[in-house]
Amino acid sequence: MTLQVENLTLYYQTLRGDARALEDATFKMADGEIMGVAGESGCGKTTLGHGIVLLKPPMKFVRGRVVLDGEELPIWDMERMREYRFRKISIIPQYAMNALNPIRKIGTMIGEVVRSRGIDYGAILPELKRRLDLVGLSHDVLKMYPIELSGGMKQRVVLVLSTLLNPSVLIADEITSALDVSTQKAVMEMLVEFRDRGFVKSIMVITHDISILYQVADSIMVMYAGQLSEKGPTEVIIHRPRHPYTKMLIGSLPKVGVRYAETRLSGIPGSPPVLLDPPPGCRFQDRCPVAFEKCRDVPPFLEIEPGHFVACWREY
Amino acid sequence: MTRYLSRKLLIYILTFFLAVTIDWLIPRLMPGDPINVMISRLGPRNPEEVKLLRDYYLRLFALDVPMWQQYINFWKSVLQGDLGRSTLYFPRPVMDIIKAAVPYDVFLLLPAILISWFAGNNFGALAARRRWLDNTVLPIGYILTATPYMWLALLLAWALGIVAGWFPIAGAYSFELRPHFSWLFIKDLLWHWFLPFLSLFMVMFGGWAIGMRNMIIYELEADYSRYLETLGAPQSLIRRYAFRNAVLPQVTGLALQLGTIVAGAVATEVVFAYPGIGNLIVSAIQNQDYFLIQGCFLFIILGVLLANLFIDVAYVIVDPRTRLGMAGEVA
Repeated sequence: MTLQVENLTLYYQTLRGDARALEDATFKMADGEIMGVAGESGCGKTTLGHGIVLLKPPMKFVRGRVVLDGEELPIWDMERMREYRFRKISIIPQYAMNALNPIRKIGTMIGEVVRSRGIDYGAILPELKRRLDLVGLSHDVLKMYPIELSGGMKQRVVLVLSTLLNPSVLIADEITSALDVSTQKAVMEMLVEFRDRGFVKSIMVITHDISILYQVADSIMVMYAGQLSEKGPTEVIIHRPRHPYTKMLIGSLPKVGVRYAETRLSGIPGSPPVLLDPPPGCRFQDRCPVAFEKCRDVPPFLEIEPGHFVACWREY
Repeated sequence: MTRYLSRKLLIYILTFFLAVTIDWLIPRLMPGDPINVMISRLGPRNPEEVKLLRDYYLRLFALDVPMWQQYINFWKSVLQGDLGRSTLYFPRPVMDIIKAAVPYDVFLLLPAILISWFAGNNFGALAARRRWLDNTVLPIGYILTATPYMWLALLLAWALGIVAGWFPIAGAYSFELRPHFSWLFIKDLLWHWFLPFLSLFMVMFGGWAIGMRNMIIYELEADYSRYLETLGAPQSLIRRYAFRNAVLPQVTGLALQLGTIVAGAVATEVVFAYPGIGNLIVSAIQNQDYFLIQGCFLFIILGVLLANLFIDVAYVIVDPRTRLGMAGEVA
């Protein structure tokens, strides 16, 4: 197991109390697994990704354990965690296109970052150049400033930099949202390539676009309002989902061959609960067509068949 | 690069032409004229004498020709470096009077601006990450910056000059001394210099510190700072990057301030009776001394334009974005 997360609970401190953004997340990522994390805005997927790497206020650690390659990560400790970032666990942030210092040449910046971690830039430079080739960037970008690059190029620079030290886990947070469809596919293929070449062991792909995950992910984890709903192999989640939220989410995707002028695209009525004071139990109960009394209690995230976890009282 | 600079230069030359034209026009729009002031100082006894003096002075200052002729004459002499003679300090040439005043301004303002800029930026950057500094010293900075300057200067003169008696409150040096190069004179000069310097320093320091603090906080929240954190970069590197980014607007501010050095600091010089350009401008306006007003403002125009030109060039060196921007968009 590369990554093991147990009961991870993260809140955001606000003036009106804690926003319960992530509640008791428990899951595992296998070696070489590309796991997609899907869900609508505000479901806690970015909180999960960032919390594991950079947990800083207003985000607050409440409880839980994160174990990486058999070693517990001190994610609640900004200072001690510094050692693990970049070397063991890395992120391509949502804002990858603005992630580079505008007044430093890209090569200079990478050099300064790498040296600040006690690594010889000269020794790593050949590998850096090899990886730039791999993502289709010329070596000249090292002598350029970020404004000289297009958004997609900057994102590829970030991909190369984040994975330069061969971390065990890479978190890719919404890396395709600002790209057009053909570029999206190319970026996802690069991620797979990086995994296949062993630059990273496992990748967590955070997105709200399930069709992207269908192309590359080995497994998909669906989240709703801070709780895990379902996790399973991609084929299972897409074709045989068990959790009512997953079913409705997949059902609301447009299908090839259906003319939506005649048939209305179905959605999920209602909206997610406010996370400042969510109802007890399953947070989907108010919008769930099959909810019953039992849903007042939080359903456990149980393995109903090998590798397939569901949090729904109807499914046990 | 050459195209960029030549375009800028053209704009500056145009601005110079317009500003100097306004500089020539403004004093002449004031009611009354300098000749009346000069004549009344001489106290002539009868209208004939007045008429005689008036004709003489008008011819002397070439104010008897039509306005358009005066304007052309003005440009001719400006381009030859001749700013005319002062009516107030007649017959001293304007150039000499300004030359005598400028060193005092440079001596007073250059250290005040540079030291306050340097100290303010560093202090602001420090305050951005020390809660207690942010909560104690910065409010004082706000108060100092918001205080009407004359009042603050008067307060300083009163407290440290009159009540405590540590510093003199007027002049650039003691009245019994003549400017000469000796330890005694330099000490006296510094002693007189301190209060005006302190008052300027205090006000400017607050402004720089507040600006820097806000910029640093903004930059530390910027995406590139966050990304560095996710890469486990040490705070020192993150702060260095933030500082380099935050200092850019401060450089602009600094250069603009430096450009106003030749303009002097009117309020300071009036409060502390310091013999700089600021004081000169006030008395020139009071006496409608066309030529001295023109001369002083010409120097201010030159100073501000040169400072702006300097920023344009400096920015090209400091900020890669301008460097690339002028070559057009690069894909």
